[in-house]
Amino acid sequence: MNYLGRRLAHGILLLVGASLLCFLFTDLAPGSFFDEIKLNPQISPETVAALRSQYGLDQPTSVRYVGWVKSVFKGEWGYSFAYNSPVRGLLMLRAGNTLLLTGVATLLVWLIAVPLGIWIADHPDAWSDRLCRGGTSILLSVPELVLVLGFLCLAVRTHALPVGGMASVGFDQLGRWSKLGDLIMHLIIPVITLVLAGLPILLRHVRASMTEVLKAPFVQAARGHGVAKTRLLFRYALPAAANPLISLFGFSVGGLLSGSLLVEVVTGWPGLGPLLLEATMSRDLYVVVGVVMLSTVFMILGNFLADVMLVAADPRIRMQ
Amino acid sequence: MTSKKKFWAAVTFLVLLHAVIVFAGFVAPYDPTSQNRNLPFVPPTRPHFIDTQGRFHLRPFICQWISRPQSLYEYEESHDKAYPIHFLVKGPEYKIAGLFSAHTHLFGVEVPAQIFLAGSDNYGRDQFSRILYGGRISLAAGLLATLISLMLGLLLGTISGFYGRWIDESVMRTAELFLVLPWLYLLLAVRAFLPLYISPMQTFFLLVAVIGSVGWARPARLVRGVVLSAKTRKYVAASRGFGASDIHILRRHVLPHTYGVLLTQAALLVPQYVVAEVTLSFLGLGLSEPLPSWGSLLANLQQYNVLVSYWWMFIPGLALIVFSLGYLAVADAFLKRLQSTTV
Repeated sequence: MNYLGRRLAHGILLLVGASLLCFLFTDLAPGSFFDEIKLNPQISPETVAALRSQYGLDQPTSVRYVGWVKSVFKGEWGYSFAYNSPVRGLLMLRAGNTLLLTGVATLLVWLIAVPLGIWIADHPDAWSDRLCRGGTSILLSVPELVLVLGFLCLAVRTHALPVGGMASVGFDQLGRWSKLGDLIMHLIIPVITLVLAGLPILLRHVRASMTEVLKAPFVQAARGHGVAKTRLLFRYALPAAANPLISLFGFSVGGLLSGSLLVEVVTGWPGLGPLLLEATMSRDLYVVVGVVMLSTVFMILGNFLADVMLVAADPRIRMQ
Repeated sequence: MTSKKKFWAAVTFLVLLHAVIVFAGFVAPYDPTSQNRNLPFVPPTRPHFIDTQGRFHLRPFICQWISRPQSLYEYEESHDKAYPIHFLVKGPEYKIAGLFSAHTHLFGVEVPAQIFLAGSDNYGRDQFSRILYGGRISLAAGLLATLISLMLGLLLGTISGFYGRWIDESVMRTAELFLVLPWLYLLLAVRAFLPLYISPMQTFFLLVAVIGSVGWARPARLVRGVVLSAKTRKYVAASRGFGASDIHILRRHVLPHTYGVLLTQAALLVPQYVVAEVTLSFLGLGLSEPLPSWGSLLANLQQYNVLVSYWWMFIPGLALIVFSLGYLAVADAFLKRLQSTTV
């Protein structure tokens, strides 16, 4: 328990450090949200200055940081200049969309990679092994960008799937099951892209870890004792091989919010990605800080989850 | 093929690819910014060996694309005249390494025919030339950023591993901070909060600096591990006993252990950083028109009509895939070598 307590405190310190770093980065930037307005000759410099002081942009960084932290505790997480509302409501909606997408994709990746990897590790040097190595190499080399563009092109050409977005035009008039069907149709392209992008790394790790464990003496002994194949793989070998996989799972959970930026932008899925891009282009400071901090929170949570699971699963860590 | 042969095959392949890109001016038939407004979205030119009478020519030739009457953007070959492809021709001027100007190009055809090996875009610019020149920029960005990351990682990892205690703690904590921040998001945030409208040269270096400085943490961690294990060797203790200075020990005994790790990391990081630069340029935050970059070439695909009708605009993606494959093969080979030597 002491170990977990230390990890938790560590995580909180990381969070504070990350917020400072993020604020510093965004503050080093010359220029602000109101630069575009400054270019308009009809708006006087006094108005611009008044707007800036109203939003507190002319105060020194430390004052703004303290104000932002206070806003976080109040539950507002800063204020968006472009949307004219607290950042929190904006983030919650978009984060929900992103989580739907990445949650489905991550679940699929793990559901496919773990059994497949175990099966491939069980048949070493067979055609499946070589296909796995070659296939993952090729998939790893294809960047997400090209994958998603290719799928979009396919969707347009075959008219089989909706091209981007999250909902069709008449979404509100559909019945409940039709709404679900429509959502699933829109999910297919981004989810397939994310699954194909994330599958090779996980598959390689599962296969490598399992291959190593299957060579261990205790597995040989169990086989000698006549333990059945399925039981051997899943109850004897997998728990021993699970250590790196659990860390990877932590990373997967941690990357739930941030892994899908490109796919969302290209397919028009209304998630955190397009929001960040938009805020970035228009220098909407607190939205950018909010999005980056939310993703960091998820990363830290993911790492912490991995630590908890490791302690629960691996007795060797409990001994330390 | 044995793994050693595979390794050298991959390295040769990569060197060839890089040579083509470095000598982009020689291999590309046209200037990447020269437009032909009367030939927008031309499909790739097909070299023919057999002409309309069925005779076989050793030297390939092309037919000129002319647009179909009454329909824009649709072309057909005109078999009036065959333009043979000449090699080592005199063409538009270009600069080698920014210093020497030259005229010779690898291949070309007489005007008014244009040889568009990869088609053209909406301004009629030769995509093949743009891919080669754009590859220069994307690859240079990837390589420079990798250099920065590895230098930073080597420096901080060595200091952290060699001197230990509070320096080690602080550097590793900072590294964890950088590892926990979502990479692409941080990149976007940092890039976009730099001035949006600056000169291309400045954009390039800023981009490289940003990509490189965000990714130093993983190499630093790996270098630190290697330095820590090297520090405990007996010959280091012996060297200290003989009165060697820190620098001497680092240079002679510790750092040679890091070369393997650094090379493997380099082979893994370069494609990652090239993809990062391509992503940023695709989103409009990297290098902008008219400078070609694989990202801005792929950004054309964001338009519906281009995505659907003009398949040759996907070719920069193919170039990316080929490069990533080459680097991954080299990285795999390095990893195998590393694992076999450090037992």
